[in-house]
Amino acid sequence: MVWMERKVCAYIQDREGPNRVGPEGLLQPFADVIKLVFKEDLRPKAADAFLFAIAPVVSTATAFAAFSVVPFGTETTLFGLLSEPLRLEVTDVNVAVLVIFAITSMGIYGIVLAGCSSNSKYSLLGGLRSSAQMISYELSYGLSLAAVIMLAGSLSLREIVVNQSGYWWHVIPRWYVFLQPLGFLIYMTAGVAETNRAPFDFPEAEQELVAGYHTEYSSMSFALFFMAEYINMVTVSAVATSLFLGGWLGPLLPAWLGWVWFMIKVLLLLFFYVWMRWTLPRYRYDQLMEFGWKWLLPAAVLNLVATAALVIWLG
Amino acid sequence: MEQIVFYVLAAVALLASFGVIGQRNPMHSVMLLIVSFGAYAGLYVLLDAPFTAVTQIIIYAGAIMVLFLFVVMLLNAHTEDDMVPATIGPRTMKIGVVLSLALVGEVAYALLKIARTDFGTDAGTVSSIKDVGHIGSMLYTSYSFAFEVTSILILVSMVGAVVIAGKPRKDR
Amino acid sequence: MVTLNHYLILSGLLFCVGTAGVFLRRNLITVLLSVEIMLNAVNITFVAAGRYHGSVDGQIITFFVMTVAAAEAAVGLALVIALFRHRETLSPDAFTSLKW
Repeated sequence: MVWMERKVCAYIQDREGPNRVGPEGLLQPFADVIKLVFKEDLRPKAADAFLFAIAPVVSTATAFAAFSVVPFGTETTLFGLLSEPLRLEVTDVNVAVLVIFAITSMGIYGIVLAGCSSNSKYSLLGGLRSSAQMISYELSYGLSLAAVIMLAGSLSLREIVVNQSGYWWHVIPRWYVFLQPLGFLIYMTAGVAETNRAPFDFPEAEQELVAGYHTEYSSMSFALFFMAEYINMVTVSAVATSLFLGGWLGPLLPAWLGWVWFMIKVLLLLFFYVWMRWTLPRYRYDQLMEFGWKWLLPAAVLNLVATAALVIWLG
Repeated sequence: MEQIVFYVLAAVALLASFGVIGQRNPMHSVMLLIVSFGAYAGLYVLLDAPFTAVTQIIIYAGAIMVLFLFVVMLLNAHTEDDMVPATIGPRTMKIGVVLSLALVGEVAYALLKIARTDFGTDAGTVSSIKDVGHIGSMLYTSYSFAFEVTSILILVSMVGAVVIAGKPRKDR
Repeated sequence: MVTLNHYLILSGLLFCVGTAGVFLRRNLITVLLSVEIMLNAVNITFVAAGRYHGSVDGQIITFFVMTVAAAEAAVGLALVIALFRHRETLSPDAFTSLKW
């Protein structure tokens, strides 16, 4: 993921990117991790030790936890090796969509704690702005989820994907992105804002705030924050794939290879993420908040109302 | 198995709550309360109420506690704990402790008089409790008045909070 | 076997802890947190009773309690901010001008 970002960034900027470590620079992330692990782990003296240490852990743990309810594919028996079918997700909760929303809400704490416990002006400002941005965009995030739930009639991610199987007129797959184009756009925009990525990454803008809420962190803690951000991106893409793009469904491949399609779709969305970062300019903070409250939230509400009307009208 | 999980979650909830009222630093109190909300969510899952568990995390741990954290951060409440005594003087403290213990005694006495009542384990009942669609339909039919009134209440409190906490206007 | 009594006693204890917090702490924010503990204890009682009766009413009432708690926390914290602006302290002992 890190490698893909640096390579794509480089090609967009008309250069080659890392090409020394391993073939095509594929081992570059490993080199980076090794460097970061051996760096000294600093801590400012006035910082609250326990909260300072636990903030990156909270960020990373919530990033991974949201992944536990995302289904990768249908039940598989691994070419007949297993005696009973194995489900390709960690748990199949019947309120899976809400669980994802809940864990995303908990992700805010990592940033708030990091900003507050560092006891430094830049960190506090960055942390406050970042968490205010996240809670503002959470509303649109939830409303776009609600529209999909109305279409599917279920809160379980597996059932939502199963509801998207089949084709219209044998050509167009029944994915929800075709029924809800506005909802998909709102979800992706809110997702980008939730993960603090460009063009909504003002809180960690290198030019204005040093590095925002993770100014005072170094070595492994910094690596953990970085990892948490990437995992959050992957989670948002994976959930978007399950909700809007039909999860593991796709033509040509048999059902038990569904996870291949899932990976392809997630990779496409991730590429889109990285592309956006290196092409679009950054929003200023007040423009960002204005956009979230004045434009995205009414759009999400309209989307919800329109979906409700259509569901009732078409039965 | 279920008993062990219950006792673990109950212990976490109780210890975290004691921590909330005992800690000097309000930031630590807020963090401990979030831990206790996690324990409550686990208890709700044990009680076959996954929707309530998730709603607890979303509303309480995800929104209300963020609000508390923001206020603690903005008022710098976590750095002023040495300037003001955190608890009251010894004599008033003793009265407070006696009153609290009296309340504990009364509640325990009243609750221990209830005969042992088991939960029903009928699969049909359990699945009707777990069903989110059922909760939704009840909310909008039997409890629709309360629902609408609650929404007006939230609107009023939102406006009120903005007015009370907002900066005083210059023309006053 | 975990019975209804277990949940009721747990909830009663938590309610008393919350009340003790309101009695004994001299920091406005901690007092509000103790009120939240009390509301949560009541929520557990409702859900446990709903499970015992086999109806979903317990959860619905919990839903309303949570919403009202959110509204009350918002207004309470707004008041704390306004009070802090006047006296620069978070101790309830500073706001005793109505006492005789």
